[in-house]
Amino acid sequence: MSLDIDGIGIAFGGIKAVDDVSFTARPGEVTSIIGPNGAGKTTLFNLVSGVYRASAGRVRIDGQDVTGLPGHALARRGMARTFQNLQVFPQMSALDNVMTGCHMQEKSNLLADLLGLASAHRETARSRDAAMAALQRAGLAELAHRPASEMSYGQLKRLEIARALVTGCTILLLDEPAAGCNAVETREVDDLIHAIAAEGKTVVLIEHDMRMVMRISSHIVVLDQGRKIAEGGPEEIRNNPHVIAAYLGAHGAAEAEAAAHV
Amino acid sequence: MAGQGTTTAPQESGREMQARTEPARRRVIGPGLRTFLIFAVLVGLGALIFPSSYFYRVGTLVWINTLAVTGIVVLLGYVGLVSLGHAGFFAIGAYATAILPNYGIPSPLAMLAGVALAGLLALAVGRPILKLSGYYLAIATLGLGMLIWMVLSKEAWLTGGPDGMVVSGMNARNLFKMVGLKLKSAEAWYWVAGFAAAIGAAIAVNLAGSPSGRALRAIHDSDVAARSLGVDVAKAKSRAFVISALYAAVAGALLALANGYITPETGGFMHSVEMVTMAVLGGASSVFGALVGALILTALPQVLTVFADYEHMVLGGIMVLTMIAMRRGLVPFIVDLWNRRKS
Repeated sequence: MSLDIDGIGIAFGGIKAVDDVSFTARPGEVTSIIGPNGAGKTTLFNLVSGVYRASAGRVRIDGQDVTGLPGHALARRGMARTFQNLQVFPQMSALDNVMTGCHMQEKSNLLADLLGLASAHRETARSRDAAMAALQRAGLAELAHRPASEMSYGQLKRLEIARALVTGCTILLLDEPAAGCNAVETREVDDLIHAIAAEGKTVVLIEHDMRMVMRISSHIVVLDQGRKIAEGGPEEIRNNPHVIAAYLGAHGAAEAEAAAHV
Repeated sequence: MAGQGTTTAPQESGREMQARTEPARRRVIGPGLRTFLIFAVLVGLGALIFPSSYFYRVGTLVWINTLAVTGIVVLLGYVGLVSLGHAGFFAIGAYATAILPNYGIPSPLAMLAGVALAGLLALAVGRPILKLSGYYLAIATLGLGMLIWMVLSKEAWLTGGPDGMVVSGMNARNLFKMVGLKLKSAEAWYWVAGFAAAIGAAIAVNLAGSPSGRALRAIHDSDVAARSLGVDVAKAKSRAFVISALYAAVAGALLALANGYITPETGGFMHSVEMVTMAVLGGASSVFGALVGALILTALPQVLTVFADYEHMVLGGIMVLTMIAMRRGLVPFIVDLWNRRKS
């Protein structure tokens, strides 16, 4: 499903953290949001996913207005996300974390859950299978029974991706999924995101790793001080003088250039 | 915010990792039934060693408190919500069981009505006050408990006022007589209370491992993340609040019947604090924590009457030390010790 952001904005105490940002993310594509720290990227995610309430603008999923819906209602319309500052469930095992992502597919009712009826066990068993498969896909299967509190930052980032995937989402917002990952892990995350998009999901990515962004994005939106300063394909963004001045700088441009030749 | 302090994974020995990654053993009996059986054995053990009716009466109190505290475990341990007003729900169950038989309603129905009333009240007030969190929720529930306590102590025509009231009606002895067992009243109530606590524990354990329970535990750690996975956080919190109120009300109804007498203090602030303290002392994350907390804080004052003047000091001292040395409560502390020794 396509995600349309139309003139969205929010102000905190008179400061416009996000101001009149519009773009469209399409199914089967990776749309990346880049920009310097404090540009409003994560705030934008929080607006789109219903954590904050937008003071201006609209969010549409496949043309349907979903502006102002609470987070769980957006999740039911197929939106899932990961968090920059990690929102895992540290008291649970990795497996339980991901199983929680199956919540919307679980059909047992509260009474069956309380009485331990067969239907509750069946749903739990099904969620366990789905969660194991997602952990496998994220390269975390051997850590399934570890408490999340004992996993590394990079592993937790991937745990969040697995958890978002099992929701059965069609739109996936990824907030710095490769942060804390080493080069090998970054490559794995890169492949994973690529595969997710190839399944026809709409992927929106916030990422500072320019090599990764240039490699997997079909479309890039550049934010600076809450405003969109550029938008286009990787090639276009790499050569845009505004973007180089505001964000990429000489070093970033070189990295992006290098990525183009990988 | 959840997820802090999780940035580095401690290096572990290979063997330890091996143990951790093994899938959970397949069990023939489910966790709920297993918990019920463990509780049943403990109830039976008590009956085996108790020398007098006095012990049975204290034992009955332990099980009734365990039941009430299991409700706190669901609310505080699973979802992470603090209520300082649960004695109010406890008292609603107790007073309905005391009052309604005076109007010709049989005790079992009176109990049921009291429990239903507590559940409905929790449902009605839950939605608005559960929007609050942390201290604010604690204060709001405290206010709710106070209101209930005030009604109970002021409406003397109905509740007997501060002096409390006699509870007439059902005696558990008759239940056992029906199946040909002759028990003393104190013994009969002990078995009934123990059975209720075992059922309550099994239900709470079932919940923990179920889809609904995972959603509740998710809210405990991060409500933002829970919401992003489609969990209706307000609804889930409200459900947990109602469930825990039902636990308290059933426990209150049992206490009224077993004691044959109740006072407004069953709904007082100190009783609410006591319930939360039991949960925290034993370990709010499990029903066994509820049992251990209830056991210690019910039995210890009986033992400490020997020290009369120092009773509160000793109790307070134990609490302070527990919180300093084992913040997650006794049961998780002991389980950790056990696991460490095994590996």
